[in-house]
Amino acid sequence: MAMNLDLQDLGDYIQDGLGADVERVDEQGGELTLHVRRDAILTVLKFLRDDANCKFKLLLDVCGVDYPEQAERFEVVYHLLSMPHNQRVRVKLRTDEDTPVPSSVKLFSAANWWERETWDLYGIYFSDHPDLRRILTDYGFEGHPLRKDFPLTGYVEVRYDDEQKRVVYEPVKLVQDFRSFDFVSPWEGVQALLPGDEKAERDDTEKGEKS
Amino acid sequence: MGVTIDPMSGAAPLPPGPEQDAVLRRVTGELHDKGFVIASVDKLVNWARTGSMWPMTFGLACCAIEMMHAYVSRYDLDRFGVVPRPSPRQSDVIIVAGTLTNKMAPAFRKVYDQMAEPRYVISMGSCANGGGYYHYSYAVVRGCDRVVPVDIYVPGCPPTAEALIYGILQLQKKIQRTGRLFR
Repeated sequence: MAMNLDLQDLGDYIQDGLGADVERVDEQGGELTLHVRRDAILTVLKFLRDDANCKFKLLLDVCGVDYPEQAERFEVVYHLLSMPHNQRVRVKLRTDEDTPVPSSVKLFSAANWWERETWDLYGIYFSDHPDLRRILTDYGFEGHPLRKDFPLTGYVEVRYDDEQKRVVYEPVKLVQDFRSFDFVSPWEGVQALLPGDEKAERDDTEKGEKS
Repeated sequence: MGVTIDPMSGAAPLPPGPEQDAVLRRVTGELHDKGFVIASVDKLVNWARTGSMWPMTFGLACCAIEMMHAYVSRYDLDRFGVVPRPSPRQSDVIIVAGTLTNKMAPAFRKVYDQMAEPRYVISMGSCANGGGYYHYSYAVVRGCDRVVPVDIYVPGCPPTAEALIYGILQLQKKIQRTGRLFR
């Protein structure tokens, strides 16, 4: 019968089951993260989906992260949910611009559009994907917008041209540059104990004794 | 020669009272006597156009919610003669409610071109006015006036339903001021 393992035990169990494919297991803030080898991602996902103690049958998200200073600049993150065990897990792998990642479409058909989005926004190529094309960006859009070296305002903008009777793309001309404001929050510097609230700490200790 | 009266002079309708009764009596009296009333054609046409403005609702993003609020019972737009039409062919004003993205721009222009003259554009919300919250984004048209000529801008993020109604009333006033039979 499937057990309800707590997070650390689950991490150990998965690491035992998968061996060298899992490079590192992180457990932080009540969330389990597995760092895996890129080539082994399909084995890992299959194990997580099918094993009786894991049963992570729902793929919630496939997204990318860009760390431009590192050699393997992209990180692909998979989020999985197990309904029978009420458990979530995150799977991460590293890749760079030229190395494809095996596509998990055959295991989770939801991955189809997620991987298209990751390709569109980051440029991470998924091999064996049945239909890898853009999904969010404009039809003739060039570039991968969520990379850190892609500027916020992009390279082209759009307006309607009356002579050509159609919408044309032109290089971006901003009327006012983007300004970044550094607001100091009014909540900074608020003390946890307000004057007149001397009982707050006393109530906490009392509750601690009761529980 | 009949008495030429212009009940539409003074763009605001008369409240119930002695002046309203006097106007009504004169109009019905004249109809009774002569069988016709003379009015300026332009003013008549403007009255007809402003009294039944049918918008093509172009709800793109969150402003669409406030537009819906303007349509339903609290701020009812139907009492102004404003009924939403799904097709540009059947509408004479288009309310651009939401962010216009680069991908949407050619489709929006096509929808605008399909409307029959006279047609008007109400730009609703700061995204449609000038890019708004997403002004510095790579994928946003900085204001729908880059794509279509706009008549009324309604500011807000989102504008309250009341503000949208104010904008529609402003458009009515603009039409009464500048409208002609043949534009």
